[in-house]
Amino acid sequence: MSDTLLKTIFGRLTLDSFPIHEPIVLATFVVVALLGGALVAALTYYRVWTYLWHEWFTSVDHKRIGIMYMVLGLVMFLRGFADAIMMRGQQAMAFGQNEGYLNAHHYDQVFTAHGVIMIFFVAMPLVTGLMNYVVPLQIGARDVSFPFLNNFSFWMTASGAVITMASLFVGEFARTGWLAMAPLSGLDYSPDVGVDYYIWALQIAGVGTLLSGVNLIATIVKMRAPGMTMFKIPIFTWSALVTNVLIVAAFPVLTAVLAMLSLDRYVGTNFFTNTGGGNPMMYVNMIWIWGHPEVYILILPAFGVFSEVVSTFSGKRLFGYTSMVYALIVICILAYLVWLHHFFTMGSGATVNSFFGITTMIISIPTGAKIFNWLFTMYRGRIRFELPMMWAVAFMVTFTIGGMTGVLLAVPPADFQLHNSLFLVAHFHNVIIGGVLFGMFAGLNYWFPKAFGFKLDHKWGARSFWLWVVGFYVAFMPLYVLGLMGVTRRLRHFDDTTLQPWFIVAGVGALLIAGGIACMMMQFFVSWRNREVLRDHTGDPWDGRTLEWATSSPPPAYNFAFTPVIRDLDAWYDMKSQKVEQPTEGYYAIHMPCNTWAGIVLAGIATVFGLAMIWYIWWLAALSLVALIATAIVHTFNYDRDFHIPVEDIRRGEDARTESLARAGV
Amino acid sequence: MDATTPPGAEEKPVFYELEEHPHPPGASTLFGFWLYLMSDCLIFAMLFAAYAVYGNSTAGGPGAAELFELPLVATNTAMLLLSSITYGFAMIATDEKRQGATIGWLGVTALFGAAFLAIELYEFSHLIHEGAGPQRSAFLSSFFLLVGTHGLHVTFGLIWLAVLVVQVLRRGLEPANVRRLQCLSLFWHFLDVIWIGVFTFVYLMGVLK
Repeated sequence: MSDTLLKTIFGRLTLDSFPIHEPIVLATFVVVALLGGALVAALTYYRVWTYLWHEWFTSVDHKRIGIMYMVLGLVMFLRGFADAIMMRGQQAMAFGQNEGYLNAHHYDQVFTAHGVIMIFFVAMPLVTGLMNYVVPLQIGARDVSFPFLNNFSFWMTASGAVITMASLFVGEFARTGWLAMAPLSGLDYSPDVGVDYYIWALQIAGVGTLLSGVNLIATIVKMRAPGMTMFKIPIFTWSALVTNVLIVAAFPVLTAVLAMLSLDRYVGTNFFTNTGGGNPMMYVNMIWIWGHPEVYILILPAFGVFSEVVSTFSGKRLFGYTSMVYALIVICILAYLVWLHHFFTMGSGATVNSFFGITTMIISIPTGAKIFNWLFTMYRGRIRFELPMMWAVAFMVTFTIGGMTGVLLAVPPADFQLHNSLFLVAHFHNVIIGGVLFGMFAGLNYWFPKAFGFKLDHKWGARSFWLWVVGFYVAFMPLYVLGLMGVTRRLRHFDDTTLQPWFIVAGVGALLIAGGIACMMMQFFVSWRNREVLRDHTGDPWDGRTLEWATSSPPPAYNFAFTPVIRDLDAWYDMKSQKVEQPTEGYYAIHMPCNTWAGIVLAGIATVFGLAMIWYIWWLAALSLVALIATAIVHTFNYDRDFHIPVEDIRRGEDARTESLARAGV
Repeated sequence: MDATTPPGAEEKPVFYELEEHPHPPGASTLFGFWLYLMSDCLIFAMLFAAYAVYGNSTAGGPGAAELFELPLVATNTAMLLLSSITYGFAMIATDEKRQGATIGWLGVTALFGAAFLAIELYEFSHLIHEGAGPQRSAFLSSFFLLVGTHGLHVTFGLIWLAVLVVQVLRRGLEPANVRRLQCLSLFWHFLDVIWIGVFTFVYLMGVLK
């Protein structure tokens, strides 16, 4: 066939696009292919596909979608961590004559993929998954406002993850760092597919994030149980509300700036180019106007988790609930007034830098208030050191250190020294691991029994906890020291061999964390094996205070047979102290949304569209775009989107719960 | 009530609703759609900001004052504003449950919308023909992006409108369709508001320079 014909059919995809000459990538591919093949074969052998399709993939149940988000986040976490340990290995050995085992081309992709995956496809799915699972239960709702949209959002996020993963084996990923700063990410300096993978993975996943934000705001505003006024909303749901306001107000900025970058790359416009009137600093400004709120999008739900956990395991009402809510709101507003602190070195002058330095320091006030509120909640409480509480305490210590180094970086003159150094890398890992990730682990251990009906094993959980916490300090404290010595980030090779011991210590820390991850997987396995021993018969394994503990574990599809009426902030604690029991008769059929194929199909077509755009396969891009619109239109012709769960089914489920409660002696 | 009442309580608080409380389908649709529109508004905010920054970055090429023809843009603006009025008439007809009139006014709206798009496309092709395409300078890049994104929204609005006409013809003005008409109404007027911003900041102020 002629070259032009091949080009028309396959765009710029050629046999050379498959990295068969890179042994590390090839080995990874072989392992992934074997494991993936084994998984598909097993699922086929046990005939699980139909079950997965009907009960999970097409499900509009917020609980199942929440669990799917968590699974996505944890799977992608393994990929992101593999990148991390590769970098720590490279930096521990590449000194002087030793070039390490990663070439520059590969190393640059690894640090970019690590950042992108950890933020967009680990932290975001974990956060969104927890919010999806918990929020409707906490407000006494049956589902979210737009159940179909929820399913669609999940699959768009998964689509972005698939596109990112595809870059590992077909072509390459961006070599620009996780924010793809222009003009490096422009066509002149990154002519390959890497940045295009980056753009389309984020654009497609971004649609999912934005819609899920709209969905959860509408749910919290419109679907609260009767009596739940704004200041009786459980604190985790409050944090979810503020987070989703941030999402809806920040992600359009990312959409716009990535659209401009793609126009520069695809059409030849001059937004961020060095010529034609373009201005690369516009990119830096715009991406951080999204990027700074993004870090609060990640941390605020973790704050919500800690608030719930500390209150539950101290056996006390949360100290300073109202101030907690106002702190969230203040952080939400300030999140938009600090973006420039990411590039004080841009040269905006003393006045501008001072303004952003001061706003940045002010953020530590509401954050500090929250830390004190948690401490005061613990003060004179009856603290139970269950796993979630252990993570919460580790968070308070670790996050405070990370917060203090953050305030240090907020001082513009200090930042001129520390900008783009390993000190910065240590700082943001300090707050993201010590804050977001510890928060997600606390939430995972806390709500796992609600989702699956049995607690997680304490022994393996504690092992994982200690390895993680110690590993974190061993891995990142050396980076603070190195940063203060002036070592910059993203370096593949070092000439100064006196630095090597610090990097070896950091590498040991990463290995400890790897042990923590192994223990966590062991924890899941052991808990599943001992699930009968760890079974939660009551639906309230921790003596909880909020509504999600008022229903069985796992909750029925409809969450609550009777809508609860709220009189107090700690609604379930209120019910328990009044010795209220749910009625055991008088059930009625419950109106619920139907499952739908549309979400996964639309996201599948979007994935094809993204890949076609990345590889310049224009006919496929046009075809999939038309198919996307046509499928969406076909979906709107389906008006039968809900059904009633028959009253007999509800009676059967609720009777089983009553029996289980009686057996547990409640 | 007995089952929900704690023993010995004086005022008998209620803890569970024993009847299903009414939650009609689509109760949060308009609110959710409004939230979506606000996010869309932020996209336009960024595009306006980009235009504000790049407005003078002509890279030696033609500027706003040389390129824009106000009579053409005024005609175009009139088309879009008229389409908003006729969409309003369609909604009044919907409120009065007059299906034929609703469809009729939607048709008129689509005509004005299509006229707007046609004029915009003519303007774009004219500019490109003159060598003032989006690749010429950052100013033109941001101009084409801002105005083009608005035009893309109008295009999708027209597709949506056509689908809705078919759906109203098939199922009448039932609650789901009325809700959809209301959403499109919000969308259509929103595009009008954005266009007033475009007309003022891009065209009028551009020519004043």
